[in-house]
Amino acid sequence: MSTILITVLIITGIATLLAFLLTFADAYIADYGECKIIVNKDEELVVEGGSSLLSSLTEHDIYLPSACGGKGSCGYCKCKINEGAGPVLPTELSYLTEEDVENNIRLTCQVKVKEDMYIEIPEDLLHAKKYTAVVETAKDLTPNIRFLKLKITDGQEIEFLAGQYVQLLAPPYPGNPDEVYRAYSIASSTTETNSIDLIIGYVPDGIVTTYVHKHLSEGDEVSFNGPFGDFYLNDSDKDAVLVAVSTGMAPIRSILYEMLHKEIDRNTVFYFGARTREDLFMLDEMEMFEESLPRFKFVPVLSRATEEDQWEGEEGRVTDLIEKYLEEGENKEAYLCGGAPMIKSTIEALVEKGFKEEMIYFDEF
Amino acid sequence: MENIHPITILMASIFTSNMILANFLGMCSFIAVSKEIKTSLGIGQAVTFVLTGTSVINYLIYHYILIPYQLEYLRFIVFIITIAAFVQIVEMIVERYLPTLYYSLGIFLPLITVNCAILGVSLFMVIRSYSFLQSIAFGIGSGLGWMLAIVAMAGIRQKIKNAPVPKGLQGAGITLIITGLMALAFIGFSGIVNIQ
Repeated sequence: MSTILITVLIITGIATLLAFLLTFADAYIADYGECKIIVNKDEELVVEGGSSLLSSLTEHDIYLPSACGGKGSCGYCKCKINEGAGPVLPTELSYLTEEDVENNIRLTCQVKVKEDMYIEIPEDLLHAKKYTAVVETAKDLTPNIRFLKLKITDGQEIEFLAGQYVQLLAPPYPGNPDEVYRAYSIASSTTETNSIDLIIGYVPDGIVTTYVHKHLSEGDEVSFNGPFGDFYLNDSDKDAVLVAVSTGMAPIRSILYEMLHKEIDRNTVFYFGARTREDLFMLDEMEMFEESLPRFKFVPVLSRATEEDQWEGEEGRVTDLIEKYLEEGENKEAYLCGGAPMIKSTIEALVEKGFKEEMIYFDEF
Repeated sequence: MENIHPITILMASIFTSNMILANFLGMCSFIAVSKEIKTSLGIGQAVTFVLTGTSVINYLIYHYILIPYQLEYLRFIVFIITIAAFVQIVEMIVERYLPTLYYSLGIFLPLITVNCAILGVSLFMVIRSYSFLQSIAFGIGSGLGWMLAIVAMAGIRQKIKNAPVPKGLQGAGITLIITGLMALAFIGFSGIVNIQ
């Protein structure tokens, strides 16, 4: 009996001693005290040292894009750290290009804050916040495109530039084990600060699009962060050419509302491409814009109009319209939103018309 | 084993009773981390440090706690707990005060917890009833020997990258064959001194 007791006591004693030592070490050795993070040379954050830079920034409401939630498996949360990060870790290497390493770009979820840090974050990321909202409206615009109106419920107001995007969070659902963020352009007016509109296409097996199309219904709570992006309407009086296909309508719609509300009078034409008549949407709104904006013209074009469509409008692709209607493009601005091949061919067509490349702004998805 | 001089044990554990090449202990990290000389030097240093530290601590615990209470049969669990706790505390200290070393050791430090060479040294030490000084020498020597073997292997593997190794033998296969050849070569030392 006493042997058992002694054995238990000795083992427990050793384990207790070691546990005590470890706790002691954790409290005193791994305590980095307060560290300062200096963002873009002017903003100073005071954080408790020892945790990752990403989570320290999140605590101070600075949201860097992160799809994996800090597990070091998406490589989105990059940021420039000029001082205080230590050498590059093996866990970061697979997500950093040689150029990144040269420019002190690091993965913020892997870098621990242990001393004062000097970091650089693009201005537009600093204004990004996290919002909670409920789905006020969810309706199908076409068989493949869904419209969402998200009403912000946490008392915040969103300020953005017409054309910017937010990142919508898809929580885990059957078939998707992780939280995933995807970027969608805001389709509503900048004057609407307590809700945003999104136009989201369905991508087979797409994690967030499946969530939006199959799982989300009116009244559900969602969260998103933003605004992000450098695609927005410039303040100028030059002629503007807007070109979009399918869900690329979203940022253009926001830009049109901006022109409407700010009474911007510019010579504007909007070329919108779709496959069939079924894929066209928001035609009544475009009619409204044509009536309200003094010098605005909306031209839809169908690439695969069927017999039943009885389509009498333009046929072909948006690039065909550019070739057909646009005159000499010097001193004009162009705003494009669409997939990579559409952006590429449209830029080529515009440059051929004499557009300057630096006056062509685009948002690629 | 009172008669063997600690320095003899030190030399013997590096060359004739090498942890990897004579006892085949710690093979897992030996095969996994021996791709580059730089990283294998890193893990070699870490193993040497932890081996020395844990052999001292385990010696004290064994001789001043376990033996007086006749609990020698508990040595496995006690040694393993000590090694795990030691590695964790060392990791915290190194991360805090020696950041450069911490970054060069990287993920290897926690990996050492499950390196069987570490437990092997502590067990050999008590089985062969070494004295305190002999145990320290044995710990340091075994670590250096392990480092010698892994660095040599890394050097060979860097050269072998350019060799036409048959597909089925690439990677771990050829590494094990080379380890065997190295072990054969090290047997040449075994006549000098024997501490087994």
